[in-house]
Amino acid sequence: MDLAFAPQDEAFRAEARAWLEAHVPAVPLPSLETEEGFAAHRAWEAELAADRWSVVNWPAAYGGRDAGLLRWLVFEEEYYAAGAPGRVGQNGISLLAPTLFDHGTEEQRARVLPPMARGEVIWAQAWSEPEAGSDLASLRSKAVRAPGGWRLSGQKTWSSRAAFADRAFGLFRSESRAPKPHQGLTYLMFDLRAPGVTVRPIARLDGKPAFAELFLDEVFVPDEDVIGEPGQGWRVAMATAGNERGLMLRSPGRFLAGADRLFRLWRAEGSPQDTEDRVADALIGARAYQLFTYAAASRFLDGALLGPESSLNKVFWSEYDIALSETALDLLGAQGEAADTDWSQRYVFALAGPIYAGTNEIQRDIIAERLLGLPKGRR
Amino acid sequence: MRFLLDAEQRAFADSLDAMLTAADTPSVVRDWSRGEQASGRALWSRIAEAGVFALAVPEVYEGLGRRPVELAVAFVELGRHAVPGPLVETVTAAALLTEPGPAKRLLPALASGEAMATVAPSGSYALDGDAATTRLALTSDGLRLAPGHGPVRRCLDPARRLTPLTPGGELLVPHPPVAHALTTARLTTAAQALGVGLALLDRTVAYVKQRSQFGVPIGSFQAVKHRLADAKIALEFARPLVFGAALSMSPAEVAAAKVAACEAAYATARTALQLHGAIGYTAEYDLSLWLTKARALRSAWGSPRECRNVVVSARDRRW
Ligand SMILES: Cc1cc2nc3c(=O)[nH]c(=O)nc-3n(C[C@H](O)[C@H](O)[C@H](O)COP(=O)(O)OP(=O)(O)OC[C@H]3O[C@@H](n4cnc5c(N)ncnc54)[C@H](O)[C@@H]3O)c2cc1C
Repeated sequence: MDLAFAPQDEAFRAEARAWLEAHVPAVPLPSLETEEGFAAHRAWEAELAADRWSVVNWPAAYGGRDAGLLRWLVFEEEYYAAGAPGRVGQNGISLLAPTLFDHGTEEQRARVLPPMARGEVIWAQAWSEPEAGSDLASLRSKAVRAPGGWRLSGQKTWSSRAAFADRAFGLFRSESRAPKPHQGLTYLMFDLRAPGVTVRPIARLDGKPAFAELFLDEVFVPDEDVIGEPGQGWRVAMATAGNERGLMLRSPGRFLAGADRLFRLWRAEGSPQDTEDRVADALIGARAYQLFTYAAASRFLDGALLGPESSLNKVFWSEYDIALSETALDLLGAQGEAADTDWSQRYVFALAGPIYAGTNEIQRDIIAERLLGLPKGRR
Repeated sequence: MRFLLDAEQRAFADSLDAMLTAADTPSVVRDWSRGEQASGRALWSRIAEAGVFALAVPEVYEGLGRRPVELAVAFVELGRHAVPGPLVETVTAAALLTEPGPAKRLLPALASGEAMATVAPSGSYALDGDAATTRLALTSDGLRLAPGHGPVRRCLDPARRLTPLTPGGELLVPHPPVAHALTTARLTTAAQALGVGLALLDRTVAYVKQRSQFGVPIGSFQAVKHRLADAKIALEFARPLVFGAALSMSPAEVAAAKVAACEAAYATARTALQLHGAIGYTAEYDLSLWLTKARALRSAWGSPRECRNVVVSARDRRW
């Protein structure tokens, strides 16, 4: 058991740090949830990609560095420590790409992944529907066979950044008479600007307009944009849903950097006694999450699969993020009320953590039933 | 970087677990709480034979070398089985005895299990001073061998016997490595607390699967499941802190591990009691042995507040 990185990994860390030092914008970019921020972040994705830092763990053929899981973690630590911008390409990179690596065709990978890595095509996730939230399998949007492809109809909602994104991936009901709700679903990619697609932005709690609902009216999708086998969409989608909850969506680097910023804020405010315990807990929690992730990564590198353990991560980081930003707001006092500070923006975004990527109630059910072996009850 | 116990460390945990399961520790705990030490001493010898105390003693003094990771592995198991006695105090005593003279005189017996040590700053209680054969007092002028102990005071964990030490006695070491010893005490307490929490969770999961109300196992109720899921999360995130701290032995990391493990164990104790209902509130039922220990370990060797203060003030915090 050890925590020392190999010299090559340390060299990688140093290289990443040097690059970030030279390239991270001195003035923070506008929020990626706005139109101008979206464009600025797209340009940042391209800058990362130009030196192959946008997807370090991908194969070189698609724009990565074959860096592996540990170096990806190292990169993320450096990335957030450097105060680099949020990743507008995240949905595609952390959700669609792993699915394509596991279930896509070689043609799909070659066509979809390089422009994703360069930020030329930004992806939105179109899973949720008005009547299908936690009970996602009850979704109703349809995919109907058409010559050479499928026609999609229905409504998707709560799609992050879909107002400005280029394409989306989602689940559709392709067999109306399947015996169970999660059967007969097909996983497809589609163009957000295709004829028949209407995108309606929905302002979030923070007023940012990038969230959207999608109305689909006979939208044509060619066969080449089906991921995996038609009818097998649930299995394909769930195989990588763990990524969303687990480390790929929220790497420890983000929380280590956040805890460090909180600690510095606390010191700058004169180390007030009444928040000492909460600041300590923020530091302890960040370290715990980092070490937990190192242990999970070590198991993964030994050949274990990342299973329902990712539900532990999800609940932990989402609650941690709220506690962290609440503490910062309490420290800032009246100043914390201002909506345009980093901390208040982080706080409002953190509030959504226990809801998206599968609510924490659903994650606790998974932990209880699949990790502790408790009997299934009424849903 | 490979942050996982290796096969040998896992085998060590498994063999301790098997030995302690066979030893019927609950009845040993009950004897110990009444001041009957025979079964506790017999168990102590077997723990020593397994090499646990030797992991705190350098090879020149007949130990296995100081090996904090293996020590943490062992203390998780000792906590899981609610083993009574001055376990943390014995390895802490070993950490204080670095001066060759006293080390040569006292350490071999600690490593072999022949001696049982307790240690406390003068004026505060030493754990199990009535059972310990080596009683160490940390005084303003150094480390002293206390000549005896005062009356036993009951602790809310009946298995922890609180004893003041008699003042005076031989001055063993004028400048003992107090900081290092405190780090050892906190690390092993954290590991023990983690074990206590894991045992509480296991027992409660087993109970809620088997106890039925309203015609179904109570473990199928979501309110019950969610409390257990939270306990699982807290314990699983404390575990890597304990082993990370054992690797570095940095005071800040150890303090962080103690906060996380003790808070997780304590929260799990509250959940365990609640989900057992009235039977959990009885002294007869074995769950009580872990419930009270979770509370006591929280304050032992540095309260959560003191440890959090170490985390924010530490110069050696590297994260
Ligand atoms: C900021 C944000 C971004 C999002 N981005 C996307 C995106 O990009 N793409 C996308 O497809 N979706 C996205 N979502 C949607 C998200 O996945 C859903 O909100 C989530 O799955 C919950 O569904 P719901 O909102 O319909 O809540 P519901 O399912 O209606 O749940 C409401 C409440 O009831 C509880 N509940 C429901 N069922 C149970 C049960 N069985 N046991 C206990 N409690 C239960 C829930 O936990 C919750 O507290 C996003 C959501 C947010 C807030």
